[in-house]
Amino acid sequence: MSAELLLTVANVSLTIGGNSILREVSLQVASSEIVALIGPNGAGKSTLARIALGLLRPDRGQVWRKPGLRLGYVPQRLTVDATLPLTVQRFVTLGAPATRAHIQAGLAEVGAASIIDSPVQAISGGEMQRALLARALLREPDLLVLDEPVQGVDVSGQYELYDLISNIKKRRGCGILMVSHELHLVMAATDHVLCLNRHVCCSGHPDHVARDPAYLELFGLDGARRLAVYHHHHNHRHDLHGAVVAGETNA
Amino acid sequence: MDDFLLRALAGGLGVALVAGPLGVFVVWRRMAYFGDALAHSALLGVALGTVLGIDPQLGVIAICLLLALALALLQRQRRLATDTLLGIFAHTALSLGLVALAVLETVRVDLVAYLFGDILAISPVDLYWIWGGNLPVLVVLMLIWRPLLAATVHEELAQVEGAPVFRARLAFILLIAMVVAVAMKVVGILLITSLLIIPAAAARRFARSPEGMAALAGGLGCAAIGAGLWASLRWDTPAGPSVVVAATLLFVLGHAIPSRSPR
Repeated sequence: MSAELLLTVANVSLTIGGNSILREVSLQVASSEIVALIGPNGAGKSTLARIALGLLRPDRGQVWRKPGLRLGYVPQRLTVDATLPLTVQRFVTLGAPATRAHIQAGLAEVGAASIIDSPVQAISGGEMQRALLARALLREPDLLVLDEPVQGVDVSGQYELYDLISNIKKRRGCGILMVSHELHLVMAATDHVLCLNRHVCCSGHPDHVARDPAYLELFGLDGARRLAVYHHHHNHRHDLHGAVVAGETNA
Repeated sequence: MDDFLLRALAGGLGVALVAGPLGVFVVWRRMAYFGDALAHSALLGVALGTVLGIDPQLGVIAICLLLALALALLQRQRRLATDTLLGIFAHTALSLGLVALAVLETVRVDLVAYLFGDILAISPVDLYWIWGGNLPVLVVLMLIWRPLLAATVHEELAQVEGAPVFRARLAFILLIAMVVAVAMKVVGILLITSLLIIPAAAARRFARSPEGMAALAGGLGCAAIGAGLWASLRWDTPAGPSVVVAATLLFVLGHAIPSRSPR
């Protein structure tokens, strides 16, 4: 399967209320590729994702999407009002109609088959992320945009979710644009990293970005050291969990 | 049964049947205050209708639709919170209406009937307004149901998925305006929101799906109309407020019954 360009964002700038949110940012996503947007809070990552989705219009620059591109979107944090009676099955079909067997298979793909009849208010944060992912996948997307997909999920759940996302790419060959605030989490799953702080600080393969001075400056030595820890324990996931939890406090 | 009673029942049911399904969205989207603000502008509509020499009901509908549009547009700015904006609109509209009616010396308006409704005085023409206005509302609500529900859960997600979010929201706001304008006859300006909110809230406990909740809210609203009218006859109480009290009793009863399954 040869890679096909799905999305190009070229020299995009956005100013809101006199504040420059994005400055001359460019980005490309092709099929069978995971691109991660990382950067500190307020770096404009979600804004850039929303521009890529067509939810926001930039002041300057171009956004190109492959004609007929099917988008799947997992927004940051979704809570459903308690007054709305909605099962996971129904929630998942809000994006595209589907049969129960289809939904069951979709939820099974993301490891959440058991919650199909649960009210959406009764599932955990991690289950909600999986339900959102299933909803996006049911639309057979060419491009998946995930905004902080592991937020509110415990650490072991975070690695499971990244594994899942990486498997989805392999199985379906779709492109994935993923927002995260930490490199060490997305490292293993990612093909290309864009380190953002209102402008593109550095970009490239995760290993390359991890050594980039601009990255080290942005995240500090602490972040870099944690990355080293990650590499060191790459084959010992259980040890790793403890180590990462200990370093999580000043993320 | 007397004619006026039949008309009261027919008018009340016509309003409740539509207010219930529309009301569930008002509850889900937390827009209770929005209906109130629209209702408060109704007196201004009566004054407008009188000045223009048209049916006051038409004036009310026009003002409600205009206000709904203005609010929908103003919500896009972020300087004032929506509830502040609604508060300003609602009370200005009500005051303007009262002032305008006082200035129009030649017009005698039964203020109490407008404020609290006069369901027992519903005329055949009123019935045309209620059913002729509300049936299209129900049809449009069914047409926009899917995108409106998706947008209620998460607006941007629905937009990415290609749902006509803005059109659905605009249509919904106009539907509320329409129902508020014709429901005024039944429970009056001050009590209209109760017909949108209380049956919907009472239905939540027993509903398993959004559609189930909407249907049940319509049914409970009709029950409240029947019970309220009966109580009003039996004890000679004001009809509109009796309907609201009946709806609240249904809500309380529903919550008193122990449920078999949680949620």
